[in-house]
Amino acid sequence: MSSSMNTVGRPTAPVATAGDIPPTLTGARGLLQDEALIFELGGWNKTGVDLPPAERPADDLAGLLRAEPIGLPGLSEPEAVRHYVRLSQKNHAIDLALYPLGSCTMKHNPRLNEKMARLAGFSDIHPLQPVSTVQGALALIDRLAHWLKTLTGMPAVAMTPKAGAHGELCGLLAIKAAHEAGGQGHRKTVLCPTSAHGTNPATAAFVGYSVVEIAQTDDGRVDLADLASKLGPDVAAIMVTNPNTCGLFERDIVEIARLTHEAGAYFYCDGANFNAIVGRVRPGDLGVDAMHINLHKTFSTPHGGGGPGAGPVVLSAALAPFAPAPWITHHADGFHLVEEAVGEATQAFGRMSAFHGQMGMFVRAYAYMRSHGADGLRQVAEDAVLNANYIKASLADVMSPAFPDGPCMHEALFDDSWLEGTGVTTLDFAKAMIDEGFHPMTMYFPLVVHGAMLIEPTETESKQELDRFVHALRLLAGAAKAGEVDRFKGAPFHAPLRRLDETLAARKPKLRWRAA
Amino acid sequence: MRYLPLTPDDRAQMLGVIGVDSIDALFVDVPASARREGFVELPHVAGELEVERELAGLAARNVAAGSVPFFCGAGAYRHHVPATVDHLIQRSEFLTSYTPYQPEIAQGTLQVLFEFQTQVAALTGMDVANASLYDGSTACAEAVMMTKRVTKRSRAVLSGGVHPHYVATTETLARAEGMDVVHLPAAVDAEDAVIAAIDAGTACVVVQTPNVFGTATDVTKIAEAAHAAGALLIVVTTEAVSLGLLKSPGEMGADIAVAEGQSIGNALNYGGPYVGLFACREKLVRQAPGRLCGETVDADGRRGFVLTLSTREQHIRRDKATSNICTNSGLCALAFSIHMSLLGEVGLRRLAALNHQRARELKAALEGVKGVEILTPRFFNEFAVKLTKPAARVVEDLAFKGVLGGVPFSRLAPGAGMDDVLLVAATETVTGEDIAAFQAALTEVMA
Repeated sequence: MSSSMNTVGRPTAPVATAGDIPPTLTGARGLLQDEALIFELGGWNKTGVDLPPAERPADDLAGLLRAEPIGLPGLSEPEAVRHYVRLSQKNHAIDLALYPLGSCTMKHNPRLNEKMARLAGFSDIHPLQPVSTVQGALALIDRLAHWLKTLTGMPAVAMTPKAGAHGELCGLLAIKAAHEAGGQGHRKTVLCPTSAHGTNPATAAFVGYSVVEIAQTDDGRVDLADLASKLGPDVAAIMVTNPNTCGLFERDIVEIARLTHEAGAYFYCDGANFNAIVGRVRPGDLGVDAMHINLHKTFSTPHGGGGPGAGPVVLSAALAPFAPAPWITHHADGFHLVEEAVGEATQAFGRMSAFHGQMGMFVRAYAYMRSHGADGLRQVAEDAVLNANYIKASLADVMSPAFPDGPCMHEALFDDSWLEGTGVTTLDFAKAMIDEGFHPMTMYFPLVVHGAMLIEPTETESKQELDRFVHALRLLAGAAKAGEVDRFKGAPFHAPLRRLDETLAARKPKLRWRAA
Repeated sequence: MRYLPLTPDDRAQMLGVIGVDSIDALFVDVPASARREGFVELPHVAGELEVERELAGLAARNVAAGSVPFFCGAGAYRHHVPATVDHLIQRSEFLTSYTPYQPEIAQGTLQVLFEFQTQVAALTGMDVANASLYDGSTACAEAVMMTKRVTKRSRAVLSGGVHPHYVATTETLARAEGMDVVHLPAAVDAEDAVIAAIDAGTACVVVQTPNVFGTATDVTKIAEAAHAAGALLIVVTTEAVSLGLLKSPGEMGADIAVAEGQSIGNALNYGGPYVGLFACREKLVRQAPGRLCGETVDADGRRGFVLTLSTREQHIRRDKATSNICTNSGLCALAFSIHMSLLGEVGLRRLAALNHQRARELKAALEGVKGVEILTPRFFNEFAVKLTKPAARVVEDLAFKGVLGGVPFSRLAPGAGMDDVLLVAATETVTGEDIAAFQAALTEVMA
């Protein structure tokens, strides 16, 4: 067909090039455009927004007015569109290919959720307009809360934390308040496994607790004997991720909870990996007292290049009275919003942020949950775990699974022992994956595994995409073992940029543009 | 289920490769007591149409700000956002990427953050800014806690003009970190009163301009007093557009400027997600919370950007980190940055002037209403009025008449004894007809 379109008689067959491909004259590479900073592009007198002229400000602002130039360039609309579209093309994204960042749950983001969050009845309402005019918003938060409580088997949920780490903080503040109310304010220690996310010890320290690490067994779980020896009258809480950061279910979790409670401490569960068990296991049945849920992981609100997230925290009956303001109550005339910790609510530990949390994320998460339903969510967990085990099984003969015995949950963890003697490191291998079109897995985390490579495919990958990924990794593994070190050491070669000098960036921090 | 690509055949084949005979075999590590057969008690899978119907039904039970005369502010402001902004932030490569852990394939996000940091530093008049925090209130709390690290002192003094939710958030978080938070009584023209409260143990003074009552203040003298006592000055701004008209925190001597960035590029969203702006003096940056993007070069010497100074952060420092923060508010920061690039300095100044003009028009319309007294001496786009009736009831009555007529101060601070104070804001989205409708409705309600 194409030759019939060639009406001017030019030859249509491509000619193979011999030898090296010449670099382009401008530095651009076809569709991939270099793009200057807005400060180098924009006009100091240009604007892409048409606004009517305004009157001079009131005289009483004299002396308060901003006289000096601010230093903000403007772009016309077409220039702005080009700028940001060109920049966007330098990013990897889930919409482009598998994005197997372990512990981050990079799954498909349904566009229905975006559409719903933009309904004027959700996006164009003010957090302080009369409660009688936002009954639908409160109903949505209430329904989402019901789903979260039902899926976790927990009696209460604090909706306002704005991210996972913010949720951890909320949970630990509730625990601290509960201990103080119970005359146990002297408890100052939090126990965390060595495999914990960095946010766990950081949060515990924030709240004024000292952190003691719990050892791990050879099969990647909490060492019960070590835990038992460290639990005591000074321990306020344990923080355990389940499934843990090695991608394994804590087999002894019920016993962990029992020992913790017996010692008078609370069990904080990091819910970052809830995707592996949603609809199949309820954390409430495991003895958890508090757990944050990353709506941007399990419930697919977009990661947006690093936020915004949302981290509601489910709470046990013992901790529920200490939840922060605000919260919703049910009355005959509709929903009310309790915004101040007064009267019956005096045990609330305070407030996590202005207003009521991440409403825009609540709408997306609810649309996601409602779309799946109880049956779809159970399938989510099963397919997430199936996909991870399929990758583990498909790569076990060429890479080294950190915990080869037994199944993993939603992520497959490998160590770097299989790279020994090749001269290729985990970092090199990851950078070479970029050239093959995939985002690298999480590297060097968890810290308990040498040269860790943590692969989380999620349930929204097809078998074809998994096979494509496995094929690429097997080829790369083969190349590493065959001594093709250059392919790895210099990688990536085909990304918008080569490896970046992070040492230079830290030694001479250049954190903003300045006029030359 | 439309989001799940695996077919029953795929699943059977994959189980075969794994070498197990059922999915249950992959869940063997779950204790028997916690294994659940069957589904949790929730509705089952729903099609797009069904979900849309339910959510549209809930949305319809809310009164959208754009559908009525609308005058609410108090920390969240309704501005017009160009269509381009919302289109661009939905590009797959921005929407569905994550934290730029692999800079070679995240230069889009990283360059945006570098531009954002520069814009925020310019807007606040500070040396450097971070890549954003959750919102203005948490940025305020983080700033206060940072001053403890810098000064080794633990007392924070907050003016009576700081937004009560910011105060409550700061009290909750900074007290958990062992700080002593002193909050002065709420007052319309409150900022200068902090000077008398500064002592040798003061780590920081926190003032807000325009403050929660809308009062704009030159805080230069407060900066001098704080610095003379070895304390740092934190200036809070909840309406970022005001910085297009009013002197910046940096010009007035602030050490740290924090702001709510929602006003630029972001919708009201019933309170979130928003974007916290955080900027400071260069010498303080190693104690700053949150992510920082910096310029560097790649192996071929080409300019590029990376996350930097991460030895402050939780994933490296764990319990010694400057903050437990992991994410920023990336997509909201992108929306801010795109809107700011479209505005430019020219547009921002025009937008700010227009906001101020609308608020003056509103003041002129309301000051003639019986039972209404204007309290705020100097304002940007928001001011407080004193009513002869409880403000909460007035707002309910106005809503019944189809006007969202501001925020009663008692809603933010029930115990402040200011039940008769109403906060009203007017942005460029307010028309002359809106103001006339508000005036008429308020006249009826106050009669």
